[in-house]
This record gives sequence, C-alpha cells and structure tokens, in this order.
Amino acid sequence: MITYLFSFLSFLAIMFALMVVLSKNPVHSVLYLVLTFFTIAGHYVLLNAQFLAAVHIIVYAGAIMVLFLFVIMLLNLNKETEPQKSVWLKASAAIASGLLLVVLVGSLRGADTIVATNAFNPNIGLIEKLGKTLFGEFLLPFEVASILLLVAMVGAVMLGKRSIK
Amino acid sequence: MNAIEVIPLNWYLLLSTVLFTIGVLGVLFRRNAIIIFMSVELMLNAINLLLVAFSSYLSDSKGQVFVFFIMAVAAAEVAVGLAILMMVYRNTKSSDINVLNKLKW
Repeated sequence: MITYLFSFLSFLAIMFALMVVLSKNPVHSVLYLVLTFFTIAGHYVLLNAQFLAAVHIIVYAGAIMVLFLFVIMLLNLNKETEPQKSVWLKASAAIASGLLLVVLVGSLRGADTIVATNAFNPNIGLIEKLGKTLFGEFLLPFEVASILLLVAMVGAVMLGKRSIK
Repeated sequence: MNAIEVIPLNWYLLLSTVLFTIGVLGVLFRRNAIIIFMSVELMLNAINLLLVAFSSYLSDSKGQVFVFFIMAVAAAEVAVGLAILMMVYRNTKSSDINVLNKLKW
C-alpha cells in the first residue's frame, strides 16, 4: 500500500517537474511547480514530517509561488514572448544533465547503507520535538535567519525603487 | 502507516537525485530568467526532501530544522532575485538572460 503510494507520488513529482522545464508558457510552468510542491508535501507526510508538510505548503505554494505568478503576470510574459535556445544548445543541455544523473546514480549505487544509531521515534516530525530542537540547540541560527529576512526585505525594496537619487 | 519501515532509504536518494537533475536541466535548457529561478527552487526542494528522509530514517530532528533554514534562505533569495529581475526587465524590456552578456568574456 505504502509502496504504491510512494511510487505514485514519485511518478507525479518527476512528471510535474519535467513539465515545469518543458512547458512553453511560463504561467503553466509555475502551476506545474505548485503541483510538484504538493507531491513533495505528500512525501513529507509519508515520512512522518507532518508539521514540515504544512509549512512547506504554506511557504512554497502559498507565498513563493504566488510571488512568481505575480511577477510573471506583471511582466506580461506568455508563449509569444518566450525566448528559446537553439536545438543544439537544448540537446547539449539534455546530454549534460543526463550525464550528471548517471554520475550521481552511479556514485550512490556503491554507497553503504547507513545504520540508525537512535531508537526509532515516530514523533520527531511533530511540532513539540521540532520546537524544542529549534529553540534550544538552534536558537542563534534562528535569530540570524530573522536578520537575513530583514536584510532581504530591505534589499528588495531598494532594488524595486525606480531611481535612487 | 509508516513509510520508513517499508521503503528503503535508497529510493528517496534516487528520487531526490532525479529531481535535482531536472532542476539542473531546467537551468541549462531555458533562457527565461524566471524559469531558471524556478529550477533553482526545484533543486532546493530536492535537497529538502533528502534532508527530511535522512532525518526520519535516523530519528533525528536536526535535519528537519535545517529544512526550515533552507526555506527561510529560499524565501529571501526569491524576494531579492525577483526584485533584480524586475530591474532587469525595466531596463532591457526582456527577461532573456542572453541580453545580460556584458560580463561575458
């Protein structure tokens, strides 16, 4: 049952990811990317990371993808204005990434299987355990992340201004 | 209902490798800068999936905390990147990366 679910979600994720790259219209690419993110959230649920699945849907599908869609609609990009690479460049891109896949899969095949040292705990993806780790051991990186978001916000506003006198 | 007792870790390794490679393919394949950004997001998500898989298999919540930080960095990157893209579009009237060849040797 779970194996079928995993195979189905993986198939959908790979198909939607390919459609992101191959579809001509940028708006369709964004919508396919949203579907890819939903399948990845399904994988998180399968892996007992329920809270992360919720955060993933809220942050990626809710915030980041809406930002992408907003910019695409603002720039009025569509099928007619879409720039295309030549056939040779496309073929060489496909060959290069295919070779990368072969190299990565080949290096993973020889890898040893890891052995879990901790006892199995099904609750690590729930908010209680995760919050204790985040606000205990990782408190300083958490605060630094807030500074990073502030800097990004200031930078985006600076870049978005029409001209700086 | 537990995936990690049924599915070997290698399957997740393979899945995130394939997703990462599709992201690399998107960066090499397209000329639209927004699609290239989206492919970078796809690569980040492949790595997130791998971190969550390792975290679940090793019963260690640190991996999932790292996924939070990657999400924060991705949000910051998208905000700044799309602002840069709007600037580029305002100056060149195009989102084609081949227009930006001033730094090319």
